Amino acid sequence: MILAITQLIPVDYYMYLAAVLFSIGVFGVMYRRNSIILFMCVELMLNAVNLLLAAFSTYFADPKGQVFVFFIMAVAAAEVAVGLAILVMIYRNVKSNNYEAIIRNLVC
Amino acid sequence: MLLQIQTTEYIFWFLSFFAVMCACMVVFTNKPVHSVLYLVLTFFAIAGHYVLLNAQFLAVVHIVVYAGAIMVLFLFVIMMLNLNHDTEPVKNNLLRAMAVLAFGTLLVTLVGALKGASIPMRTDGHTEIGMIKRLGDTLFKDYLLPFELSSVLLLAAMVGTVLLGKKEIKS
Repeated sequence: MILAITQLIPVDYYMYLAAVLFSIGVFGVMYRRNSIILFMCVELMLNAVNLLLAAFSTYFADPKGQVFVFFIMAVAAAEVAVGLAILVMIYRNVKSNNYEAIIRNLVC
Repeated sequence: MLLQIQTTEYIFWFLSFFAVMCACMVVFTNKPVHSVLYLVLTFFAIAGHYVLLNAQFLAVVHIVVYAGAIMVLFLFVIMMLNLNHDTEPVKNNLLRAMAVLAFGTLLVTLVGALKGASIPMRTDGHTEIGMIKRLGDTLFKDYLLPFELSSVLLLAAMVGTVLLGKKEIKS
């Protein structure tokens, strides 16, 4: 008999794992000043949520969760493309990707 | 059976620690290119989790979209603008301490909130959820309109990216 993962590992473990990954993403956003690494940490947060959606989808035997993961991926791809284009444009003008410097330059 | 239980659990723990370690390295490495590579490793660990969760199609799409498209976009930007150096000369220790404090608070809050949650589970053996047939049924019957709208979103993002990326013509 092949056991499904739903009987081997409680869904709580996936919730804790997603919470840890999400917190690391938030931590990275606050800890680093490099705007490209800031984008990567946002990706990390999105992936934590994706993982939790997929886990719930499997544990509740409902494919809708995985469909939502696809939509999140599409939105993340669009967000990264536009965000990186904005970063490139700002870098041309400000010559820095440290976002404190960018904000200082925009305010002053 | 016992062997299978142990194997699955070992794979779960290995993938989890690998993902968390690589996520920490994304934050703590100095060079942006190393951050990108560690993030790719994190994505592979998460794809392994998807395979473990019987979501094989999702795992493949995840690798193709994230490791194949998004991270390559990051690498292109870093290499084109030649950004592979540490741009944080000023280490503000107070802000960093506050970041660590906020991280701990958020983690404790999330784990504490999730600890008390009781989740009614259905474990009646629908293991073919992640197969492409069930997913396609759901995607093209229940979620057809959001699917089409996401294509409009991608088109709008593409047009916006081209507009933003063009050099301004001085008039």
